[in-house]
Amino acid sequence: MAVNGAVTWLRRTEEIDGYDLSASDSEEVHVLAVDDSLVDRKVIERLLKITSCKVTAVDSGRRALQFLGLDEEKEANGFDGLKVDLIITDYCMPGMTGYELMKKVKESSAFREIPVVIMSSENVVARIDRCLEEGAEDFIVKPVKLSDVKRIIDYMATYFREGEERRGGINKRKIRDEGDDRSSSSPLSTLWSSSSSSSLPTAPCSPSTLDSPTRSLKMTCFEEHIFTDKN
Amino acid sequence: MDLVQLQRQLVDYKTSLYNEGFLDEQFTQLQELQDENNPDFVVEVVSLFFEDSERLLNELTKALEQQSVDFKRVDAHVHQLKGSSSSIGAQRVQKVCIAFRNYCEEQNIEGCVKCLQQVRHEYSLVKTKLESMFQLQQQILSAGGSIPM
Repeated sequence: MAVNGAVTWLRRTEEIDGYDLSASDSEEVHVLAVDDSLVDRKVIERLLKITSCKVTAVDSGRRALQFLGLDEEKEANGFDGLKVDLIITDYCMPGMTGYELMKKVKESSAFREIPVVIMSSENVVARIDRCLEEGAEDFIVKPVKLSDVKRIIDYMATYFREGEERRGGINKRKIRDEGDDRSSSSPLSTLWSSSSSSSLPTAPCSPSTLDSPTRSLKMTCFEEHIFTDKN
Repeated sequence: MDLVQLQRQLVDYKTSLYNEGFLDEQFTQLQELQDENNPDFVVEVVSLFFEDSERLLNELTKALEQQSVDFKRVDAHVHQLKGSSSSIGAQRVQKVCIAFRNYCEEQNIEGCVKCLQQVRHEYSLVKTKLESMFQLQQQILSAGGSIPM
């Protein structure tokens, strides 16, 4: 198989095996958690570890950008085993809000594909709308519970595979057809396939428009506000 | 006191904390995150809460003592305290914080001072109760028993 000379080992494996191993060379989802509260960081870290994620917890938007390599105005070539699969951030933080962090991530060509979830103690519809419109995958009202995190991670597993399909041509078919031995969560994939043919409402807020059934369930509370003419 | 009695005492004590509104379901959530591999999780989170709260209460006291009170700053501290108390299920502390924030918005200094007193009081109550609860748990563990949930 022709391989670009400059690729890393991870990339080579990626092309050979047909699936992306860049989630720090394991199947674990790597989550970057951002929260200025020490208590909340501890809790979210535990919640994510229980759902079998790798976690990097930072206390500010600035540090999050530094971690991603975005802070110094240079695009990071983040494939050193620390690829971030999901960013989960508090909204209200001193300095840079979670919303501002998300905007910066979405503006970056290297990281705009990373799903961002926002958490907030304030259940303000206008705020939720704004976040979702700007590209947040989901919005969690604090205090965060295990069921919230499970829902996000389950949805991520689907999104992650869908992301693979979008990113690679041949890979796409390979993953689908072979049933992807990475995903032992086949019930999840059947769930996804069946939902795409159902008439569940689509989320206009993100370009990927993934019809995750769990997401749609969450969305129904805010349906009227979210179904704008955008997208 | 034998093990069974200790365990019963713990259950009763916990139940009373919930009934009296000191703790809410978020505390239960935290307990569910604890396991044999992370046996001190709840104590660790609660300890962080204690440290954080003490810092915030000091900041609040200083801020409200100023000649010209910066209500935005006061509100920011209360917001943090509200957040962390909510995250561990310290319901009564959280409730006072909500009232506190309203006074900040109104720039009502008397209201704020009152709320600070109240929140200090509620905080010290929940701290004492949680510490008693942890002590009881420790006694049970030392006696070779397990913590009833």
